Amino acid sequence: MQDDATDITDTKDMAPKKTMVDYAIRYGFLTLLAGLLIYFSVAAEGFLSPYSAVFIFQSVAITGILALGVTFTLVVDGFDLSIGSTATSALMLSAYVMVVLEMSAVAAVVACLVMGALIGLVNGLLIVKMKVPDLLATLGMMFLLIGLQRIPTEGRSIATGMKLPGGETANGTFAPEFLWLGRNRFDFFIENLIPVSVVILVIVAILCWVFLELTRHGRLMYAIGSNQRAAALAGTNVNRYKIIAYMISGVLASVGGILLAARLGRGDIASGNNLLLDSVAAALIGFAVLGVAKPNAFGTAIGALFVGILLQGLTMMNAPYYTQDFVKGAVLVIALVFTFVLTGRRGGSNH
Amino acid sequence: MAKAAVEIQGLTKAFGTNNVLRGIDLELYSGEVTVLMGANGAGKSTLVKVICGVHPADNGTLKMHGEVIRPATPSEAIRAGIVTVHQNINDGVIPDLDVASNLMLDTLAEPGSGFFLKRREIRAQARKLAASMGLNVDVTQPVSELALADRQLVAIARAMAHEPKLMILDEPTSSLSATEAARLFTLLDRLRDAGVAILYISHRTSDIHRIADRIVSMRDGEIVGRFDEKPLDYEAAVNAMLGQKMVDATLDFKTAGAPVLELKDVQIRAGSPKISLTINTDEVVAITGLVGSGKSELAAILYGLKKPAGGTLTLMGAPYAPKSPGHAIESGVFMCAKDRGTNGVLQDHNLTKNISAPFLARFSTLSFVNRKAEARGARDTINDLNIICQSETDDIGTLSGGNQQKVVIGRWLSQPSDLLILDEPFQGVDIKARRDIGNKIRETAKGRATIVMASEMDEVMEIADRIIVLADHKIVGEHRNLDLDIKQVVAQVAGLNGNNKQAKVDG
Repeated sequence: MQDDATDITDTKDMAPKKTMVDYAIRYGFLTLLAGLLIYFSVAAEGFLSPYSAVFIFQSVAITGILALGVTFTLVVDGFDLSIGSTATSALMLSAYVMVVLEMSAVAAVVACLVMGALIGLVNGLLIVKMKVPDLLATLGMMFLLIGLQRIPTEGRSIATGMKLPGGETANGTFAPEFLWLGRNRFDFFIENLIPVSVVILVIVAILCWVFLELTRHGRLMYAIGSNQRAAALAGTNVNRYKIIAYMISGVLASVGGILLAARLGRGDIASGNNLLLDSVAAALIGFAVLGVAKPNAFGTAIGALFVGILLQGLTMMNAPYYTQDFVKGAVLVIALVFTFVLTGRRGGSNH
Repeated sequence: MAKAAVEIQGLTKAFGTNNVLRGIDLELYSGEVTVLMGANGAGKSTLVKVICGVHPADNGTLKMHGEVIRPATPSEAIRAGIVTVHQNINDGVIPDLDVASNLMLDTLAEPGSGFFLKRREIRAQARKLAASMGLNVDVTQPVSELALADRQLVAIARAMAHEPKLMILDEPTSSLSATEAARLFTLLDRLRDAGVAILYISHRTSDIHRIADRIVSMRDGEIVGRFDEKPLDYEAAVNAMLGQKMVDATLDFKTAGAPVLELKDVQIRAGSPKISLTINTDEVVAITGLVGSGKSELAAILYGLKKPAGGTLTLMGAPYAPKSPGHAIESGVFMCAKDRGTNGVLQDHNLTKNISAPFLARFSTLSFVNRKAEARGARDTINDLNIICQSETDDIGTLSGGNQQKVVIGRWLSQPSDLLILDEPFQGVDIKARRDIGNKIRETAKGRATIVMASEMDEVMEIADRIIVLADHKIVGEHRNLDLDIKQVVAQVAGLNGNNKQAKVDG
């Protein structure tokens, strides 16, 4: 009884102190984002325009979609290192299906999505059934895919008119419907403003948010991430949810790969190098948004946007391109410190 | 013998508001094996951790041959002559290294022991050490290739390299077979003859009969009994450790209704005796027994976590063979697992999410969680169990231990079940919370069958209509909790004369 009594007074005493820190934790990152926007609007001419905004969105669309996939694996306390190579595999596969096999855009998209789901399934089975640690399983998958995507073309990029290993020439072309995904822009008050990839990003982000926050499946995934044993004892099929998380990650990565292929219009073997690191960074920056200190769809989207805004603003202020990675790294480190120091302190006072 | 090697006086230790050790006075003598007994949560491990430098003591002194020591780290304790062999065998050895390196590991880790490995020298020293301990293994063999018992012996031999004055062994035989244990005892005899004071933690009757010179019983953070007159009064020691204060909670006995769960010839482990048992609706059955008696394994079988080695289960008249907890819950069997930290609490989740976790499907339409209904359910549970919090959106980490326990129990009371199993529901809670939880379990018992797994006699007598005693994976006693012959129950718990009484009890 005495325990309980002191508990109440404790929390009451702490209440006023906690709110200040709580506000800092909750809205600190969003405030920073708003500050950045205001600063760039004033300092960089032309930053505050619809085209600039769309450009930012477009630059983060593919990373953002991949990052949302990573978020799912982070939610179940896993990690997916293979998303970057899944995306580039989808890029190569879609090019192969249309250019070499001369099939339709729909076939290319379906093939990529199925491949993404399969990769996720294999990742999930490796982790759940074979008990391979998540980082190692997906690292292995990453290497495997980097190698695999080069084999059918003997390591060359895919474009119309290329020589195939058999000696004949590839005559297929990228279907116009497929290129539409990467190049069309919808009218939105201004003509030809919003690219398809941005629309897809927004839709995917909303779907992920709804799934993770509002459905019981999302809730159970978070429960697994918090305490796998407790979740299992509460009747959750832990293995199934983990596999599903990796499959979602694989599918979203291949969506990113499709958009990349549609933008490039060729199966470029060398593109997509930065996808993994950028998207993981976005998901981790997302921890700091709203101070939840856990993976979340809203935070991931904001995290991706944050990096995009910062880079665009700096570019418009003539910062050289080679500083970009440094800036991303700095943002990530600051966000992580923010997440773990501040929320750690809050957690510490509770225990 | 006259002068104690180790003297502990007035030792206390609290974690937050939880007083784990409430003033321990204990002497340990050179060349003697002192067996320490205590139920889960009595404070045994905390006592060991304080002595071996893992936790600092709050108050009290630890004297080694008359000299006060205050080990702040495990390595300081080792230097002072206190070595500990932990329960988990693999904590004591490095499996990938060979036996020689393992035996000499502490020498290797010492600062200033040279940069390069002197392989031959190490092996020679290791062989000498192994020989002196009667350890017959090839020192070049990796430890991972050794049997469990040999690993244990290596860990102990390694500890002996420090020429300890006090050796602490925490349930060292828990994963050993009888013959393996016999080898361990031979080694311990040697240590005893060498004048080492040994503190041995175990519940196994056979261990204690074989090795103990003295028994010390612990309960609720206090030493409650010392037994050093030969022959050792093992029964009294168990008695003291379980405690049997009179129950002041009044029970209104329930008449049992129709059978809910029937076990027929169920074997908990392959080769273990067959158990038959019926649990009826409206009654609360306590299953008691020492650690390792098979309580938790039986719970695991009922909840679909483990397959029985033999026999059949019937639930509400239909065959019952749960494949998973999810399946068990669907069939109307709920289980509140023991040890809420690892098995119950969802950290960083609020109370609502913690309470609704198993039943989300019932709060969802088309997979979308109906948050209002969910919060309403959580508020009901909070009021029902008198959980102290500000609201149902509090993070579970902000609650005290007793209230967290109420949350994980309230979770399983929040929906009706046919059979509710509670494994150690009073673990780590104070007397007030224990009463609250116990009352709530009994109040709601109508309409379902309830099984409570508990090892403390007080708890069992507070909660049960019927008491079933398990020892060595078999039922050794069954009692109505009315005019209970506590002596007999305790004797059965301890695994004494359970066999001859069985016939009478069953009738």
